[in-house]
Amino acid sequence: MDIHEYQAKELLRGFGVNVPRGGIAYSPEQAVYRTQELSGERWVVKAQIHSGARGKAGGVKICATEREVLEAADSMLGKRLVTHQTGPQGKLVGRLYVEEATDIQQEIYLGFVMDRKDERIVVVASAEGGMEIEDISAEKPDSIIRSVVDPAVGMEAFQAREIAFSLGLDPALIPQAVKTLIACYKAFQELDAAMVEINPLVVTGAGEIVALDAKLSFDENALFRRPQISELRDKSQEDSRETYASDRGLNYIGLDGQIGCVVNGAGLAMATLDMIKMAGGEPANFLDVGGGASPDRVLKSFRAVLNDPNVEAILVNIFAGINRCDWIAEGVVRAVRELELKIPLVVRLSGTNVEEGRKILADSKLDITTADTLAEAAEKVVAAWKSNAQG
Amino acid sequence: MAIIINKNTPVLVLGLTGRIGSFHSEEMIKYGTRVVGGVTPGKGGTKHLGLPVFNTVKGAVSETGAEVAICFVPPPFASDAIMECADSGIRTCVCVADGIPTQDMIRVKRFMRRYKAEKRMRLIGPNCAGIISPGQAFAGLMPPHIYLPGRVGIIGRSGTLGYEAASQMKDHGIGVSTSVGIGGDPINGSSFRDILEMFEKDPDTDAVVLVGEIGGPQEAEAAEYIRDRMKKPVAAYIAGLSAPKGRRMGHAGAIVSAFGESAQEKVDILKQAGVHIVPTPSSFGKTVEAMVA
Repeated sequence: MDIHEYQAKELLRGFGVNVPRGGIAYSPEQAVYRTQELSGERWVVKAQIHSGARGKAGGVKICATEREVLEAADSMLGKRLVTHQTGPQGKLVGRLYVEEATDIQQEIYLGFVMDRKDERIVVVASAEGGMEIEDISAEKPDSIIRSVVDPAVGMEAFQAREIAFSLGLDPALIPQAVKTLIACYKAFQELDAAMVEINPLVVTGAGEIVALDAKLSFDENALFRRPQISELRDKSQEDSRETYASDRGLNYIGLDGQIGCVVNGAGLAMATLDMIKMAGGEPANFLDVGGGASPDRVLKSFRAVLNDPNVEAILVNIFAGINRCDWIAEGVVRAVRELELKIPLVVRLSGTNVEEGRKILADSKLDITTADTLAEAAEKVVAAWKSNAQG
Repeated sequence: MAIIINKNTPVLVLGLTGRIGSFHSEEMIKYGTRVVGGVTPGKGGTKHLGLPVFNTVKGAVSETGAEVAICFVPPPFASDAIMECADSGIRTCVCVADGIPTQDMIRVKRFMRRYKAEKRMRLIGPNCAGIISPGQAFAGLMPPHIYLPGRVGIIGRSGTLGYEAASQMKDHGIGVSTSVGIGGDPINGSSFRDILEMFEKDPDTDAVVLVGEIGGPQEAEAAEYIRDRMKKPVAAYIAGLSAPKGRRMGHAGAIVSAFGESAQEKVDILKQAGVHIVPTPSSFGKTVEAMVA
């Protein structure tokens, strides 16, 4: 789960990371009010969306007058900001962060991620801050410092010191850098983060180390014990199809194609998308109905799939282990009747109670195409979709 | 003989008295698995499904001699249960829980390193379907009838995709020595490589099928091992060829976040290591048949 920059900064500040003073604004007038509160001569107006690379997309503006603040805020609020991370539809700017401008002397990249090879939290740092980490690793790979943290003791001062000295920081700044590094690690650990990224972490003209930007994302499996993090969720930043599905407890990911999918198991769902593509179609979604799915859950899944207006055909692919094909079939029949399904539907059932399931589909006399194998199912749904689209 | 579990292996069920634990334990017993007892803190001294229930894993191990534990404990408490098994002399723990926080798994893996290699417990999962040695025993959630007993090993991240592989092999008359689900989480107990090593040494296994997916370094590690150390043939399928970058596809670990983690890159790496590539999820049967012929 992602949160906004201003939320990330507030959390990090609680752990002892220096951040510029600032305030949130939901209207251009409020943005101006924030500059008066902050005083000073220059401010930065920053669009709050769940994406990096906002600066290049026009989502970060430095202003020297209240009029400039007003205009900057007006140009951003209520618009969709498109960055290379958001996709072409962009993300809605519903709030701004107005910050005092910072006198930047030096920029550093600092990131904390879970490394799957080491199975531990790793610190990634580079003196080439301001660039994105992908670009740093492509253009200046030698500048990257990696340091793995032992979970039994956490980040010790010596380890933070080594990183700080490797960054080539002025010796007078080392204690501040150590404090920042340890604070970020603590935040990662105590908040069950999946990533902490400060890019850039800057040295100011006054000799202070300050987090100019901050990106935090969280382990969704740990949200049960982090209610203060769950509250920061901003649904306006999510794909509305995914919000609809996740609010109903479904494991759904929206894609760009026309063939809706209802599958059990994440691996089989991925494989089903692959098969649709190989058969010449484009999947509209990933959906795992999960184990022990009731007819009701199947109905809910159909609703989520059909919530996407681009869906023009549906493929159901079930290999029942703990699931039961008869329950799935019951759910499919109910969905076709209750939702008055008009688009082609192909169902492939296999595993537990498959005969009962197939019988329920046949007895329903509904227009449902069945298939025995995954390949057959994918070919049939793509063929049905194509002929329907032409007709 | 198979690997990890056979008809003589004494199996302990953590969470035996719960609804899910009871259901799957009955299935396991019906299949012939030697389930020797269960653990539910606070219910020690009682009986469930005719089996003794213990308060602690240590108590259960000393009374029953259990070697394999299957853990039906919910995700928030699962890491604690795994560590209890590791500290109690269990040889292999199978954990099915889907949704364990990543940092809990970091702690589990660190904790397991407290024990010398020869005393260290093997962890299978979490977020997996379990293990089965067809015709003998299983510890997990799988429908056992789809597996034909035989001489090909299966290792997979995904449960249902593993079923797909096994049932297609059955349709081609090819049986399975043991099938191991290593789970879909970013940090898991045994890797592809760990289980490949066991199959390479197992006299009852002639070939192995690997069912991988996008995300993480484990398929590439497996490829290196297959190329340098394995004599037995291996076939592999990688799910997620059409998965967009940076999206988590259901499994917590199924996300492309680094170079070499996409399905196509993994397929290329495995192909270069001499692995027989299963080109589509519908061609497990055909590819494995050609490999073992």
